[in-house]
Amino acid sequence: MSTELDLAARVVELTRRLAGPGAEAEVIAVHSAEALTRFANSAIHQNVADATTTVRLRLHVDGRTVAGSTTVSEAAGLQSLVERAVEASRLVPPDPAWTGLTPPTPLRSSPGFDEATAAAGPHERAARVRDFVRAAGGLETAGFCRTTYASGGFANTAGQIIEGRTAEAAMDGIARLDGADGMARRAAPRLTDLDGAALGTRAAAKARAGARARELPPGRYEVVLEPTAVADLLDNLAVFGFNGRAFAQHQSFAELGAQQFDEAVTIADEPLGATLPFDLEGTPRDTLVLVDNGRTTAVSHDRTSAAEVGAASTGHASAVSRSWGPIASNLRLAPAPANGTLASQAGKGSQAGNGSQARNGSQAGNGAPDGAGPTAASARALVRGMRRGLLITDLWYTRVLDQKSLVITGLTRNGVWLVEDGEVTAAVGNMRFTQSYPQALGPGAVLGIGAEAIALPDRWSGVRYTAPALHLKFWNLTGNASG
Amino acid sequence: MSVDHFDEAGTAVQAALDAGARYADARVMLRRTETMSARDGEVEDLSSDESAGVGVRALVGSSWGFYAVPDLSDGAARAAGRRAAEIAAASALVPGPAVDLVPTGAGSASWASECTIDPISVPLSVKGDLLVAATAAARDAGADLAEGLYQIWDTRKWFVSSDGHRIDQHIRECGAGITASAYGDGEIQRRSWPSHRGQYGTRGWELVDELALTDNAARMADEARALLTAPLCPSGETTLILGGEQLALQIHESVGHAIELDRILGWEAAFAGTSWLDLDRLGTLRYGSDLMTITIDPTIPGALGSFGYDDEGSPAVKRDAVRNGRWVGVLAGRDSAAMAGLDYAGSVRSDGWARLPMVRMTNVGLEPGPHTLDEIIAATDDGVLMDINRSWSIDDRRLNFQFGCEIGWEIKKGRRGRMLRNPTYTGIGPKFWQSMDMLSSEIVAWGTPNCGKGQPAQVGHTGHPAAPARFTNVRVGVRG
Repeated sequence: MSTELDLAARVVELTRRLAGPGAEAEVIAVHSAEALTRFANSAIHQNVADATTTVRLRLHVDGRTVAGSTTVSEAAGLQSLVERAVEASRLVPPDPAWTGLTPPTPLRSSPGFDEATAAAGPHERAARVRDFVRAAGGLETAGFCRTTYASGGFANTAGQIIEGRTAEAAMDGIARLDGADGMARRAAPRLTDLDGAALGTRAAAKARAGARARELPPGRYEVVLEPTAVADLLDNLAVFGFNGRAFAQHQSFAELGAQQFDEAVTIADEPLGATLPFDLEGTPRDTLVLVDNGRTTAVSHDRTSAAEVGAASTGHASAVSRSWGPIASNLRLAPAPANGTLASQAGKGSQAGNGSQARNGSQAGNGAPDGAGPTAASARALVRGMRRGLLITDLWYTRVLDQKSLVITGLTRNGVWLVEDGEVTAAVGNMRFTQSYPQALGPGAVLGIGAEAIALPDRWSGVRYTAPALHLKFWNLTGNASG
Repeated sequence: MSVDHFDEAGTAVQAALDAGARYADARVMLRRTETMSARDGEVEDLSSDESAGVGVRALVGSSWGFYAVPDLSDGAARAAGRRAAEIAAASALVPGPAVDLVPTGAGSASWASECTIDPISVPLSVKGDLLVAATAAARDAGADLAEGLYQIWDTRKWFVSSDGHRIDQHIRECGAGITASAYGDGEIQRRSWPSHRGQYGTRGWELVDELALTDNAARMADEARALLTAPLCPSGETTLILGGEQLALQIHESVGHAIELDRILGWEAAFAGTSWLDLDRLGTLRYGSDLMTITIDPTIPGALGSFGYDDEGSPAVKRDAVRNGRWVGVLAGRDSAAMAGLDYAGSVRSDGWARLPMVRMTNVGLEPGPHTLDEIIAATDDGVLMDINRSWSIDDRRLNFQFGCEIGWEIKKGRRGRMLRNPTYTGIGPKFWQSMDMLSSEIVAWGTPNCGKGQPAQVGHTGHPAAPARFTNVRVGVRG
């Protein structure tokens, strides 16, 4: 039994003693160790680590629900946590939305975690930063290298008792040249999978290709979005579209069973191996297919949002899911099928007559090594299939203008290029866009999908998306740097 | 203060020095937070959280390290100090330029924010009943969805540095707000009181009582429903009048972040971004019109960004950032100020004991102008008035922005006319601020409780004194 599971079990026992045998309680204890080495101006300027155990209790007694947490995990702190919750439960209004506790349910089988990553020290992260900086060949660099480890234990008064552990590494960096930034970013289950030099080389190649950027007029453009840009689509779809609370409150575009996306689009949440194998309510996590060949098939639920619509929890409860909604945090957009046939290209009149080259996006087809040119390896086949449009590396500061249609405004970042007849012909300055994300992925709108999906970290923490490049029929660019 | 943790902080600092640091500081923080949300007349969620720990910063040579643990025992504090120094030593693998720290009068001090009614001690039943009543009133008035929220933070901190600082502070913050949503054909309109996040300050529950949530709930529902059938905000260039709350966010995004010295120096380049400001032009750059005077002022009583001392021990001092349109100041920390050749700091805070202190806005806001909102409207022949933020987006240099508001009105021949829905506007920072030609005197210090910055993520609390103002030749009605 892990320390965290022991803590959770002890709090459950305390609750039985202080709140009475009729009380329902669920407790999750998570030990989280995060270490992040940050660099800017090609030097490590912030280097941090913390190791914290947080115990969270949700208590339902006499029809009333309260929650609380503490980082004070010795006996006095746990006693105080339970006492505060019991006292608060006498004072809050009734909770008619309470759905009860997760019954005993076994965990799904999930991959193990890398012990070496969990134990990685500051010198290992610093070494990867050094490699990135050196590989950028004198260009100014900035970014981070991060390792995270979490060990969690869950127990409730209904008898659900489970535990799990996870670890992850991530690296994200830019190289800068004369006002142009090039970026490379990866998440991985093992720190040893992260090659600082390869990422630095890629970032520098993009920065060098970004010189003398020209301004283009606003308008609708055909685009190839690199995986890093596609990750933002997944993030906003997860937070505002597939959010079970938003769905239950009719604030989401999602219609279960409807063909809302291009048939080439399949999106699933794949949490196993990426995060703890259970959610805050003790529901075991599992793969959840949200979009299947363009048809919306599911949204993410906790027990509360699920009960509102007569569904079952999908294991997406969090500390804030009752008020902000249950959000899937490990979305994966499926890459093009391995047989090289891109269903979206069939019969759509795209210029991707070289569809066979898209079978393996990591091979440039033109023999260019991965470090050369602005285009990420996984996007090159799609770029070759574009007659005239923009190659976009990254999207930034994206915000919702209208939640129902999920119209998002934001900016491009870290490199935009004009593509003509399949060739990059000019660097372009950053542009503002205003675009409905579901519409951009709608039926007939996806001209191609890359053959390789890349695991990408969220730049804050706790979220990982896996995305291929996308070739889209249109993207609405509404402004540029000069306004 | 009955309990103090100077000893633990001091132990951590000494351990870092013993491990080779030439400077070290430590923050012990005890924080209680409480959040309640309600929906449609029922409490939806209540969470009461407690956090305690120590975070240590160590400077070894010219490399920083930081380590934090939730354990205030002597052994843990000592180990944290050593770990911080070890991490700093590892940073030297990719070294930067020499690090200096501008001096900031060290010594012992104690400070507490003003508080008439301790928000934690207000009975949960009273707080719950308030949100229930306010959201029920909005539903009864026709809202399809009514939501309410309050948040409370009660933070005690003890700061010790190897320069001789020994400072304790007790900061209480709280705030609340409600939102009424109306569903139309494929769209949702929303009206919020007093703003889309609520209003927050370093005050007690008296602040929430003053907001009169229930009294304004029905009007919010009425306006949300009216917006569903209001005409769209027209597209084009026009004269734009912004309400004070929206202008507060405009200040936050296009001035406050732009003058953060760490951004100007490139320290946030890979994530939050840089700044279009160049230190070579500090003192000479024309940022805005003559009406634009913006101060950095953590001394404003009750404003959300106020404190006695920042998290490096620098005392709160009011400074100019923009004076009559000219850029004259930045938000700085001790190391960034030294690197930039400045002699002041005072704008460094951390989001709790487990996070590295970094340059953050305090209260960044406008000095009052000579007009009133009524005068501004009366003086406008053809324009749009917009208020209460709904969306915000700005580029990584803090230059190209686009904002959406909840509600707008036509202004024709000096009068407020038809309500407008989905009002948006876009622009480039300095060009926008240079077009400000009228500014009200009706200043409110709006609180922004959700400023995101840093890796790992930190959420900062900032304040923005702002008042209604008029801007000319602004592009409005941006749509997808």
